[in-house]
Amino acid sequence: MLIGCPYCGPRDVGEFTYQGDANRKRPDPASPAGAEWERYVYERTNTAGEHREYWQHSGGCRAHLVVTRNTVTHAISSVTLVRGDDA
Amino acid sequence: MSGRRANAGGQVDRTRTIRFTFDGKPMTGHPGDTLASALLAGGVSVVGRSFKYHRPRGIFSAGVDEPSALVTVVNGAVREPNVPATAIDIFDGLVVESQNRFPSLGFDIGAVNGLFGGLFSAGFYYKTFMGPVVGPLKGTRFWMLCEWFIRRAAGLGRAGHATDHARYERMNAFCDVLVVGSGPAGLMAARAAAASGKQVMLAEQDPLPGGSARSSGETIDGMPAAEWAARVAGELAAMENVRILPRTTVWGYYDGNVLAALERVSDHRPAEKGEPRHRHWVIRAGRVVLSTGAFERPLVFPGNDRPGVMLAGAAQRYAGAFGVLPGERIAVFANNDTAYRAAAALHRAGARIAAIVDVRREVSAAALALAVETGAEHLPGHAVVATSGGNALKDISVQRFDAATGALPGETRRIEADCLAVSGGWSPAIHLASQAGGAARWDERLQAFLPPEPSKPWLGAGAFTGAFTTQEAIVEGLAAGAAATGQKPSRRKPPQVETADLDVAPAPVFEIDAKGKAFVDLQHDVTAEDVRLAHREGFVSVEHLKRYTTLGMATDQGKTSNVPGLAIMARAAGKAIPEVGTTRFRPPFSAVSLGSLAAERHGDLRPERLTPMHDWHAEHGARMLAAGLWFRPQIYGLPGETVEQAYVREAAAVRDSVGFVDVSTLGKIAVQGPDAGEFLDRVYTNMFSTLSVGKARYGLMLREDGLAFDDGTTWRLGEHEFLMTTTTANAGKVMQHLEYLLDIVWPELRVHLTSVTDQWAGAAVAGPKARAVLAACVTGTAVDNETLPFMGIVRGEIDGAPVTICRLSFSGEMAFEVYCGAGHGLQVWEALMEAGKPFGMVPYGLEALGTLRIEKGHVTGSEIDGRTTARDLHLDWMLSKKKPFVGSAMMDREGLTAPERLQLVGVVALDNRAFGNGAHLVEAQQDPADPHGSIGHVTANCFSPALGRYVGLALVKGGKARHGSRAWLSDPLRKRFGPVEIVSHHMFDPEGSRMHG
Amino acid sequence: MAEYSVFSLLKNSISGNRDWKPAWRKPDPKPEYDVVIVGGGGHGLSTAYYLAKEHGLTNVAVLEKGWLGSGNIGRNTTIVRSNYLLPENSRFYEHSMKLWEGLSHDLNYNVMFSQRGILNLAHTPGQLDDFARRGNAMRHEGIDAELVVGAEAVGRMVPGLDVSANARFPIVGGLVQPRAGTARHDAVAWGYARAADRRGVDILENCEVTGFLREGDRVVGVTTTRGDIRARKVAVAVAGSTGRVMKLAGVDEMPIESHVLQAFVSESLKPVLHTVVTFGAGHLYASQSDKGGLVFGGDIDGYNSYAQRGNLPVVEDVASEFVAMFPGFSRVRLLRSWGGIMDMSMDGSPIITTGPLPGMYLNCGWCYGGFKATPASGWCFAHTIARDEPHALSAAFTLDRFRRGILIDEKGVGATPRLH
Repeated sequence: MLIGCPYCGPRDVGEFTYQGDANRKRPDPASPAGAEWERYVYERTNTAGEHREYWQHSGGCRAHLVVTRNTVTHAISSVTLVRGDDA
Repeated sequence: MSGRRANAGGQVDRTRTIRFTFDGKPMTGHPGDTLASALLAGGVSVVGRSFKYHRPRGIFSAGVDEPSALVTVVNGAVREPNVPATAIDIFDGLVVESQNRFPSLGFDIGAVNGLFGGLFSAGFYYKTFMGPVVGPLKGTRFWMLCEWFIRRAAGLGRAGHATDHARYERMNAFCDVLVVGSGPAGLMAARAAAASGKQVMLAEQDPLPGGSARSSGETIDGMPAAEWAARVAGELAAMENVRILPRTTVWGYYDGNVLAALERVSDHRPAEKGEPRHRHWVIRAGRVVLSTGAFERPLVFPGNDRPGVMLAGAAQRYAGAFGVLPGERIAVFANNDTAYRAAAALHRAGARIAAIVDVRREVSAAALALAVETGAEHLPGHAVVATSGGNALKDISVQRFDAATGALPGETRRIEADCLAVSGGWSPAIHLASQAGGAARWDERLQAFLPPEPSKPWLGAGAFTGAFTTQEAIVEGLAAGAAATGQKPSRRKPPQVETADLDVAPAPVFEIDAKGKAFVDLQHDVTAEDVRLAHREGFVSVEHLKRYTTLGMATDQGKTSNVPGLAIMARAAGKAIPEVGTTRFRPPFSAVSLGSLAAERHGDLRPERLTPMHDWHAEHGARMLAAGLWFRPQIYGLPGETVEQAYVREAAAVRDSVGFVDVSTLGKIAVQGPDAGEFLDRVYTNMFSTLSVGKARYGLMLREDGLAFDDGTTWRLGEHEFLMTTTTANAGKVMQHLEYLLDIVWPELRVHLTSVTDQWAGAAVAGPKARAVLAACVTGTAVDNETLPFMGIVRGEIDGAPVTICRLSFSGEMAFEVYCGAGHGLQVWEALMEAGKPFGMVPYGLEALGTLRIEKGHVTGSEIDGRTTARDLHLDWMLSKKKPFVGSAMMDREGLTAPERLQLVGVVALDNRAFGNGAHLVEAQQDPADPHGSIGHVTANCFSPALGRYVGLALVKGGKARHGSRAWLSDPLRKRFGPVEIVSHHMFDPEGSRMHG
Repeated sequence: MAEYSVFSLLKNSISGNRDWKPAWRKPDPKPEYDVVIVGGGGHGLSTAYYLAKEHGLTNVAVLEKGWLGSGNIGRNTTIVRSNYLLPENSRFYEHSMKLWEGLSHDLNYNVMFSQRGILNLAHTPGQLDDFARRGNAMRHEGIDAELVVGAEAVGRMVPGLDVSANARFPIVGGLVQPRAGTARHDAVAWGYARAADRRGVDILENCEVTGFLREGDRVVGVTTTRGDIRARKVAVAVAGSTGRVMKLAGVDEMPIESHVLQAFVSESLKPVLHTVVTFGAGHLYASQSDKGGLVFGGDIDGYNSYAQRGNLPVVEDVASEFVAMFPGFSRVRLLRSWGGIMDMSMDGSPIITTGPLPGMYLNCGWCYGGFKATPASGWCFAHTIARDEPHALSAAFTLDRFRRGILIDEKGVGATPRLH
């Protein structure tokens, strides 16, 4: 599998670390434990099909990417930087 | 069989002789020979023994589809088992052994299994060997006894334990177009693609390019096909944008057009100096052209496994590519026209064609003409129903055959033959396309599975797509090569093939159902009857068929047997072949050495991380311990000292005077930016934004789920600049955790993180005399209590090298951590050593470091083991109530605050004997033979010189409430039992007076 | 149906093996069952068997979308062990081990369970201490465990291992569970299927569940490619497809990620590796099958996947670790690789529970551990279904343990499924 890092170009999957489901929203940090935190920490959409997920180019520029990838075919349809170019 | 070398023909160099041995017997061949062609030329008929019945087997094919002729290549003590003789290029000194036979290849005692063929039918293992339900062989014992014998009878070649000193290499490659297979289709695809100027790679598993052209006997553009192929390949090789990889099998098609290939660099001769044996290619291709050809299928009939029976295309190949006749008197048995071309080629090469037996009543005019040319007896509407001849074919029995019903009317008749060339049609080599995804399609006309619909990244050409004529292959190859490079198809006339106009479609006949063992999978001895038995027992779907009978699971992965097996099952089940199912092919296409996959990691699995002072440690008696990828001194032993004596001496020196330790391996992260303080407040449980510049603080991190993650000190070097330290083990994890938070959760924070672990070398100087040591060597700053208070930071120089010094303590003593640039590490270390001499300063290792921290009850990874909370470790004082932090929401869940959780305590051995980490604790003394009721376990232990006793740390259920009580140490694995007292984890100087002093 | 024995084999071999009957029937679905089990893998089949045998529930159907045993029961590396650290796990897996020890007799089907032992290699004194902790934990639960100290002792146990001091990660010892071993994975599926069928369970292949029948909140059956089937109780045991199937029931999120795990087998060799061995300086487990192939595996690929295929980095990692462990195997050749989909749960431990909807029962989250759990999983799940309450041995494997923080985290890596 190749992931097209916006900074570094297409690189082998071995250079990246998977950081999981990108659909999760971290709750208000001051909110107490409960359903929202449980969802954030433990629940996953685990989609079969197009899946938005985080990858870190840990063996390269170390940027985190949002990758849209089909979990059934492994085909990647988009890769963007989490922080954007101006960060 | 009585094969021999023909006087002419083939791409071997008859002027040179190569000598090798087979089972110790000297043999000869010529450059260009495979082991199989040389053995055939030498008249060898039996090359191997089958898996289950140990039947004699000869050479069946001429390529990687070989099911029978497997041998072991011996290289001194190093052995490579199960190599097809058809895929070994001979060289002087090659040593080969046959396998799976005892005592000898000619007479194998295991062949007795064949007498019980009915008993050893498919699935027989599952129905017996359960053994008695009582007595000494109950449970699994009876099976394991039987299994002992079964395992010895099974298996094929013998692998050795001797270390393989060959080199293996990994190569990354990029190209615009990868062409797999260099037959006419592949050559044309490469030529068309190369014309675009783009980067083209052409991989060929054989030593020479050309594929079928090497032995087809056809004429292309007016010259013999083999010559034409060599010329085209030569032109391609001369182009700068083309790279041809011979002896390279593309075996894996992975996601994103990443393909894996194995190049056998020096298997065909002794390796030159520094040359790898195999090269593992990882090729990222823009587009891929699959021109991998097709495998010929056998027909299934009784006696079809006898040495001398081989695929017709293989027989043709031996004649055409190697100038070897596999027999003097060859019979042909076919369901299609292509075998007639083989017969003609063998005839032209000098063999006598005894008969052409064809299951079809009608054959094409072109085929008939070839039959006439060979002078063979032509038997249309006939089938071979038996063979005889023991270890070498003597004759075949033929009978009239009705292809529509499978009936065999009339008498059998014997025809003398020493070789039977069989063709049951062709199966495109769709393996790579199948790996890339998509289901194979059944083609009724060709009676074959064709590749899935071409997906975006690959194109197909030639026999791979079912285009079985060379002219079609050439046209498809040119089109694929153009399309792969975005060109319009060339309007130039393609190379023209002169050949017989054969009908490539076979009759839908796969099996001749007559009396006798008819083999579908030659290597695993799966018979047609086994397939029918699987059907009777309900194992009908292709995967059940494979798993129940082991059809197609042998080293050849069913390249010749899958389709016949499916066809026999389909007939038994009254289904169409595709209804029984298609197998999904999986990597590798053909077997790949483990060494090549390990490549440079073979013998050197991971990099080593060494601190700048590593060599010094080694020179000063340090015994090194692995800590992840790092190496750290365990002790600096004096001659004759035990480990315990050494660490007790080192730890005592620290408490009494001064010692120093290499802490360069600690994780170090520069946290910089206007929001660095805020960031640290969020990731640590305690406050850092309030820390003054020039001060350090001990910090604790939790995971999002509220459990303890890592600890360390973080130093504020400037308003916007912190230096964070982590534990050695967690350095990478913490960095990744922080980067995740910064990138994804708080992108608004203006913070930058840089791992500086390798940039800084560090030494901790600890003990009552530590300040005096520093005072003796540090310049540019004072180190007195005023200038450098507890948790204070100063900058200065040691021996001219800039250093940053922080006064903090892991040992509980007055202590300083001295950091300098890694390049100055050794210089500063030696300067410290020099300065420490008057005070008797000693270097200390991990054991003493551990001892000092155990006495103080400081935690490390043994206690922060991913299952403990801050409260469990009595670090709740660090949990700020003024701010949220990572983990603050989740840390108070009921399961994480339960009173019966494991909590940190100290333990003291009341019998004053050593004990081990991982020992458990129980409430009271119990029978050592029946340990039960664990209440916790020891995480750390030492002999404490300060306390004069064997002490440890432990995680114990409801630990705090047990202070002052007794428990029983229970370590049945190491047979250590005894009384302990549970105490507070602060065992030494609980007030901390020494480090503040 | 006839018992399998050496006598039935002899009798049939004389009659040309023509009288063998299908191992299990191929019935048409009935409109209604007491229990419908979704998933014809090892766990679904063993659940059906124990429902019939232990709880007298025989009006049961097992629904399999493809061919029986096409999921992870037919894709694993066949290791059976109960060498766990945490008592919730070790007690459960030890019960499984005891069932394994009698399974061939119980099922009248030789599942070839061979107790050839497992050796976990330790490469540092600290790692050996961790193993001592785990082995002692096992001993305190009545489970067999032995500590091997020293490279020589390890080398005597497993010839061919690189026990030299100059190995990149020198071996210092290991933890052994002698009763651990391997079994023939397909035979487990077939044996349970045949035994359940003999007790009246309907096994419905090529019967894919396409939805759940609901009455209000309650699940009252399933819609399938072979028609609607109603049931008093619907049990889901579809590890690898849990996310997909639960979505059909309207449960959109689960404490599970689906990951692909590759497995590998070499060509057949004469006996060369007697025990199951795991490498401690990475992640690799290897054994040799009765057929002679070296069967081995390592880490999951590490990203969400429902594709039964992996990628090269793991192939290379696994091979590197294997030849680091056995330098003589570099010329042994990889024959086949394949992928299976793992339910990676958030603490690395499984879920066996009533719910999460009324009328539904759920068995999932097996991570790498599903094969060895097959008997106990079915045993406990059958109990849960029949009695509407958890079995004592699986009571900890709840779905609400994540909310409550009562985690069973064998590895201590937290809610990062790819690390379990």
